[in-house]
Amino acid sequence: MRGRITGTGSCLPEKVLTNDDLSKMVDTSDEWISTRTGIRSRRIAVGETTASMAAAAAEAALENAGCLAGEIELIIVATSTQDFSFPNCASAVQAEIGAASAACMDISLACSGFIAALHTADAFIRAGIYRKALVIGSERMSSILDWKDRSVCVLFGDGAGACVLEADCGDSGILDTDLHSDGSKGMVLTGGARDMPNIKMNGQEVFKFAVRKVPESIGCLIERNGLTANDIEGFLLHQANVRIIESVARRMQADICKFPMNMMSYGNTSAASIPILLDEMNRKNKLSAGKFYVLSGFGAGLSWGSVLLRW
Amino acid sequence: MLEKIKDLIAEQIGIDRDDIKPESDFKVDLEVDSLDMFELVVALEEEYSVEIPPEDLENLTTVQSVIDYLQDKGVEA
Repeated sequence: MRGRITGTGSCLPEKVLTNDDLSKMVDTSDEWISTRTGIRSRRIAVGETTASMAAAAAEAALENAGCLAGEIELIIVATSTQDFSFPNCASAVQAEIGAASAACMDISLACSGFIAALHTADAFIRAGIYRKALVIGSERMSSILDWKDRSVCVLFGDGAGACVLEADCGDSGILDTDLHSDGSKGMVLTGGARDMPNIKMNGQEVFKFAVRKVPESIGCLIERNGLTANDIEGFLLHQANVRIIESVARRMQADICKFPMNMMSYGNTSAASIPILLDEMNRKNKLSAGKFYVLSGFGAGLSWGSVLLRW
Repeated sequence: MLEKIKDLIAEQIGIDRDDIKPESDFKVDLEVDSLDMFELVVALEEEYSVEIPPEDLENLTTVQSVIDYLQDKGVEA
């Protein structure tokens, strides 16, 4: 028994903030941002909340899966930008979509949050405790940005992605997960402190960590499942930065074409980036049944992890 | 060490090896940006088994400054 993704959904705020818009707010330029990050625009929540985006993404995923909200037994929201410390975001989603019988919890692991949430939901399914789960990543990063800090505010965006995970006895679904943290490097990337909420990041340390740990995690995961990078149809990495993803691909000696990207349109949406990308690919029929895919997240904690699945 | 450093810069950042001189300034002459420098730091750390903390990066402005820095750290030429 394992969890299999049977439907995906996403929700992006309507407001688009381009690099040119940002260059009117801080001393930056489209050229500076796009060459260093790959990002050209991002969505910013105006009226949308972390919970409302999560609920909209969840409803789209339910519809895509052909599943009713009342059938959902577990809702996990990965977020670091909850609207409230309590009640949690998952409970707000439950109320909004009408999943009255679902257990509700949030998971906080920043940009690795969706991987942790998927891992958790899959573990509950493997244990036979729940059969149908909603796994959501939703972030309102704009709420913890210092709009005067040009090195950070250009990087992030808002949005939500979701998937329905159902118990399945077949060959498809989540095959294996690898998840790690190094708390000793926690202060390299911080945000959301009660007295100082804005994101602080040491770019060099984050870059070094990401380009080393992501290939290591993916390599370990595929090797222990008897696969090689050639067997993997697509690597869906957290959409932090095009240069990090290019460096990871180079280190893995893998074709960059196998690394789909959408940070150009949405920026870094933290825990939401992987499920948004997954939903885009699913709706464009770019995920092939029976093929292997790897999802990989990395970020604050420091934390990193990967999921191997067969679609 | 210069030849090895030239190789690393050429390989990691994709710069023509012949354009890399000891006096080359990363930003001005080689048009290297901050993420290229991060990439170079990762490569140098792995090649020479050293740790280059972020605060040291601002002193690494030219190819020669990298060589001097590594020698100060005890890396053999």
